[in-house]
Amino acid sequence: MNQIVEKVLFSEKVAKFVVDAPRIARSRKPGHFVILRVDEKGERIPLTIAGADPVKGTIVLVVQKMGVSSSKLFELNVGDYILDLVGPLGKATHIHQPGTVLACGGGVGVAPMLPIVEAFKKAGNRVISILAARNKDLIILEDEIRKWSDEVIVMTDDGSYGTKGLVTAGAEAVILREKVDECIAIGPAVMMKFTSLLTKKYQIPTQASLNAIMVDGTGMCGACRVTVGGQTLFTCIDGPEFDAHQIDFDELIMRLGGYSSEEKLANERYL
Amino acid sequence: MSTNKEYLQIEREKEWRVELRKKMANKDRTAMIRTRMPELDPFVRIRYQDREVNTGLTEVQAQAEASRCLDCPNPTCIDGCPVSINIPKFVKYIEQGSFLEAAKTLKETSALPAVCGRVCPQEKQCEASCFYTQKMKKDPVAIGYLERFAADYERESGLMSIPEVAPSNGIKVAAIGSGPASLSFAGDMIKLGYDVTVFEALHEIGGVLKYGIPEFRLPNKIVDVELDNLQKMGVKFVRNFIVGKTASFDDLKEEGFEAFFVASGAGLPRFMNIPGENYNGILSSNEYLTRVNLMNAASDEFDTPIIKGKNVAVIGGGNTAMDSVRTAKRLGAERAMIIYRRSRAEMPARVEEVHHAEEEGIEFLNLANPIEYFADEKGKVNGMRIQRMGLGEPDASGRRRPIVLEGSEYDIPVDLVVVAVGVSPNPLIPSEVKDLKVSKWGTIEVVEETMQSSIPELFAGGDIVRGGATVILAMGDGRKAAASMDQYLQEKHQQTN
Repeated sequence: MNQIVEKVLFSEKVAKFVVDAPRIARSRKPGHFVILRVDEKGERIPLTIAGADPVKGTIVLVVQKMGVSSSKLFELNVGDYILDLVGPLGKATHIHQPGTVLACGGGVGVAPMLPIVEAFKKAGNRVISILAARNKDLIILEDEIRKWSDEVIVMTDDGSYGTKGLVTAGAEAVILREKVDECIAIGPAVMMKFTSLLTKKYQIPTQASLNAIMVDGTGMCGACRVTVGGQTLFTCIDGPEFDAHQIDFDELIMRLGGYSSEEKLANERYL
Repeated sequence: MSTNKEYLQIEREKEWRVELRKKMANKDRTAMIRTRMPELDPFVRIRYQDREVNTGLTEVQAQAEASRCLDCPNPTCIDGCPVSINIPKFVKYIEQGSFLEAAKTLKETSALPAVCGRVCPQEKQCEASCFYTQKMKKDPVAIGYLERFAADYERESGLMSIPEVAPSNGIKVAAIGSGPASLSFAGDMIKLGYDVTVFEALHEIGGVLKYGIPEFRLPNKIVDVELDNLQKMGVKFVRNFIVGKTASFDDLKEEGFEAFFVASGAGLPRFMNIPGENYNGILSSNEYLTRVNLMNAASDEFDTPIIKGKNVAVIGGGNTAMDSVRTAKRLGAERAMIIYRRSRAEMPARVEEVHHAEEEGIEFLNLANPIEYFADEKGKVNGMRIQRMGLGEPDASGRRRPIVLEGSEYDIPVDLVVVAVGVSPNPLIPSEVKDLKVSKWGTIEVVEETMQSSIPELFAGGDIVRGGATVILAMGDGRKAAASMDQYLQEKHQQTN
């Protein structure tokens, strides 16, 4: 049982939760994720950790209301408990000092990107962050990202904030302007796919953090398998970050829809 | 082992046993026919995921079966039991009508009698070593049915005995994983007076007994009762905790844990690496069974989704394959098929499971191997290509090797495929411990007699060592590890005192 100690609404569908989890707060590193189950009937869902306070013993999770499970979680309030929470899972991000790092975050993908940006900055890199979303309301954690970035570029699909355009437009402008040594892409699979195609063109090493379907998160079920460099790997134990240029994004996008008809029915029952 | 033989002899010479042997002539005992396990009708049971197929012996049936046992002076059956249950003693208690005593006898050496009575391959163990099988070429005493009977009788009587526990010695030990190996280990260590904590990564205790074996073969409530027993004896259970991740071994050592038993299981499913295997609707047996058994995905009240196939192919011929295909049948499959590359004779699944599957209308496509999958425009599997196989010379396992029959391919429609071709050791623990010796298959290397790894305070057993075996072998490892860890810790403490 893990208590929610703080909840901040970023928008109608996105909220930040600060959750009591002392052990995980101490042991987690950037790139790690947790698996949680809201209640007895709940599903086990993976969420990447967006930050932690080892002294207070809390971790930060950012949740976007999508299907039944994320909605159940979204509706919890301060003082409520998450029934089960386990982690930290996955391999931590490889933090090193390549020079200039371009961090591209799409939608709620900015949340797991935050600790990575912080770590790269602290490791002595020049960090340029691009925050991208459909509109102004969906741009999150801008101040926090700014704190650990040398430059922040905001891109919105509708132009309601920052520059109008996709994340790739912002990224390409940076790449054409200066030497980028490494890129990180976290967000919807389609966004990561096109970011990866772009950086491949310019031969910039790129890491993408995947959000596959999982059950246990410990390598047991294989629901999260992904093809990387022609080999089947498990997102939960081999990832969640992989060399983006090697990922079969089309297969990933196809697999993310693996339970879409069952999920649709469940959502109808829930609503 | 001589002391053990002597102990068995002393037990056998107790008056009640001597009297019981005299009550019936051996020729009358051997003339009796082995009792058949009553079963739920196949047409009824395929409609329920949670109704047990075997319904258990009645008291009369159990006593009759128990009287077949000759109470041999040299009970070879015990040698066939990985946890060395005193088989004649518990069987004779049943014959006598002392069912609670029988259950107590089981619990002297087994932490999970109601589980073992259901899922052990007795036909390859105690029953294979029974005098009837060995010397008379007759059906063995139904030791498994009787074990289950005694354990069930005790549970249903509400008069559960809690095994005696030695006074606490204050030494903290940890078991990692909460499957059969760990539970057996924990049961023995708590009896010896240790402070035992079991750490489990999932949200439920029981490991494969909960996520893997379906309710129609092993009801969860039966596992829960055995867990409750261990808890009453003082074993502590911690859920949602991954040793090596949530906290490191060093963290736990700082918190006072002096030794560890790693039994994290073979939780890494194998796939065949054939074209199309990553299409949607193709999943590992681990995923399929976990969704149904652990997450209750078949029930609309629960949030975890499951694909309910009409044409379901399960790849493999082991117990997990049988569990998966019979689950699919119960979830409404019109065609539930086993696709196995050898013939029925080579199937690793228990004979009973194959028999039950046949009764339930499972189709067996033996000597057949999948080579490719096909999908619709959304990437959902809708067909598969199968290649016919023949049998060649025996291979290293002693089974005849499957050989490809070229040009024999044919396609069948499928909308759900469950791959049950085996598991590899879970790499989480081995990857988190420096200097731990691991084999090229990823299993933890241990000294066979002691289950001790290359790190003295770290012992291991079950599938993380064996790579994929049975519940009872895992339990045997747990007992062995407990005995040698006890010796290791006692020696360590004597030195420091």
